[in-house]
Amino acid sequence: MRNWSRAAFVEFTATQLIRAAGYSAIVFVVAIFLFLIIQGGPAVIQVPTADLLGPRWYPVEGYYGIVPLLFGTLLVTLGAAVIAVPLGLATAVFIAEVAPRWARESLKPLVEVLAGLPSVLLGFLGITLLAPALYQRLGLSTGLTAFTGSLLLGWIAIPTIVSVAEDSLAAVPRTYREAALALGATRWQTIWRVTVPAARSGVLIAIMLGIGRALGETMAVMMVTGNAAVLPTGLGSLFRPVRTMTATIAAEMGEVANGSVHYHTLFLIGIVLFLISLAVNLAAASVVFRIRSRAERVLS
Amino acid sequence: MTTADLARRPNVIPTRRRRWVQRTGFLMLTAATVLTVAPIILIVGLILVRGLRAITPEFLITFPTDGLRAGGILPAIVGTLWLAIGTAVASVPIGIAAAIYLAEYAPDNRWTRSIRVAIINLAGIPSVVYGLFGLGLFVLFLRLGTSILAGSLTLAIMTLPVIISTTEESLRAVPNSFRVVSISLGGTHWQTVRRIVLPQALSGIMTGVILGLERAVGETAVILFTAAAVYLPTLPASPLAPTMALPYHLFVISTQVPGMPIGIQYGTAAVLLIFVLGLNLIATVIRSRARARRQW
Repeated sequence: MRNWSRAAFVEFTATQLIRAAGYSAIVFVVAIFLFLIIQGGPAVIQVPTADLLGPRWYPVEGYYGIVPLLFGTLLVTLGAAVIAVPLGLATAVFIAEVAPRWARESLKPLVEVLAGLPSVLLGFLGITLLAPALYQRLGLSTGLTAFTGSLLLGWIAIPTIVSVAEDSLAAVPRTYREAALALGATRWQTIWRVTVPAARSGVLIAIMLGIGRALGETMAVMMVTGNAAVLPTGLGSLFRPVRTMTATIAAEMGEVANGSVHYHTLFLIGIVLFLISLAVNLAAASVVFRIRSRAERVLS
Repeated sequence: MTTADLARRPNVIPTRRRRWVQRTGFLMLTAATVLTVAPIILIVGLILVRGLRAITPEFLITFPTDGLRAGGILPAIVGTLWLAIGTAVASVPIGIAAAIYLAEYAPDNRWTRSIRVAIINLAGIPSVVYGLFGLGLFVLFLRLGTSILAGSLTLAIMTLPVIISTTEESLRAVPNSFRVVSISLGGTHWQTVRRIVLPQALSGIMTGVILGLERAVGETAVILFTAAAVYLPTLPASPLAPTMALPYHLFVISTQVPGMPIGIQYGTAAVLLIFVLGLNLIATVIRSRARARRQW
């Protein structure tokens, strides 16, 4: 009898602990959001809304306009997307559909290595090699520009795009391709009219997650974009220094007094970043669940 | 849709032209892939070649001197090891348990879907936002100060999604018949998970843990205001002490120190890269060995 109840106790405790761990992910997301709100909320009261939306970020003199930072992030991310989306998708298609087996087996680990490279390493190479090279080749006044950041971010976003897109291409049933080929389509036609359209939601997720990765990147961007909080005006700004939201937090949080207006405003920028990443990931998640439920409908 | 498409538009394009289009297309895809991959080889090669020249035994076992411009990087290496151990201790049990819940216990309902959405979101939160959270919760609210503990806990939450998703995947790969046999022999749910499913999924779980740690080891933005110090004259004495760390050290010596010798920069970069590549290699070896040994 005693033995049985001990076993039952172990079973009960294990189950409860496991369930608690399962729900911890929700707890953490909520806790992160709560702490950002608690620390960043006061900024909304302390800084007039018109100032927050103003065109100047110059905390020393009390200017807390986050718009230049937001546009800085958007500019650098857009540049990264222009590089990473075509290159990433082409690489994914090549790996999944074109490459011979030996090439596939060596390309995938290589892309994984890129995914694992610390961003500070890329930032280091960016600042020591890439920026001076761009400065000389393009005749700019400095090599630390939005464009430099976009180049690095492009290669930071590529592995995400490649691996997610490649996964979804590989998940397209063989029979689709065989049917197209049997109807006389070339492999090239099969790829673009059958395989890629069949995997389009996965491809969409890949692009979204890749852009999300670029938006949130901090160290590499902070090291190479020059960190000038100037409102970007047009495409020429691509070749001038900018400052992103992530870089602002990373560069300034270490030097502010806890509880100051500046401190709270940096957390407010954190809230904006959190909400952007939440939107990107919720969109990706909704696509994931839509595919899954469609698959379940088809298969049942 | 595609079959109808092909039927509606009979194949009127001459074969030779189609072949030419395909050949050019494949060539462009190959070129794009080379453009994607070449920088990776270049980056790794360059850092290793230039860095290994700077790495001597003294570089690895001495403290930096002369305002970081000379000497070694011992405290940064030790600090990174402590942070990695702390992260693993905090994230591995929770991550594996959460994966067990999702793979073996969770009913397919709205709550489970919310957990999955939460995990996807955790994976996407920018690292600097984790840094802010760690500063707010661990450093200030729980009064842990800028410390190895605060940094490890923050890093642990950041690595959770990697560990959970890889572990869940490897648990799901264990054939269902294993569970059925165990239950039919009188095993309870937990006994089945603990004695049958977990051992079978062990290599996959280890791969996930190592990949999670790989991310934590190279992370800078998270430890920026939760754990890292520019220079400390001694090794950290307790988990509540701040620490130097390799990625932060590389950041400092490549942006904050004027007149920094380039050899030390590349040496530090190479040590960090070797850490990361080493973990990556271990994960790859475990995975391929397990695949070769698997009987199902």
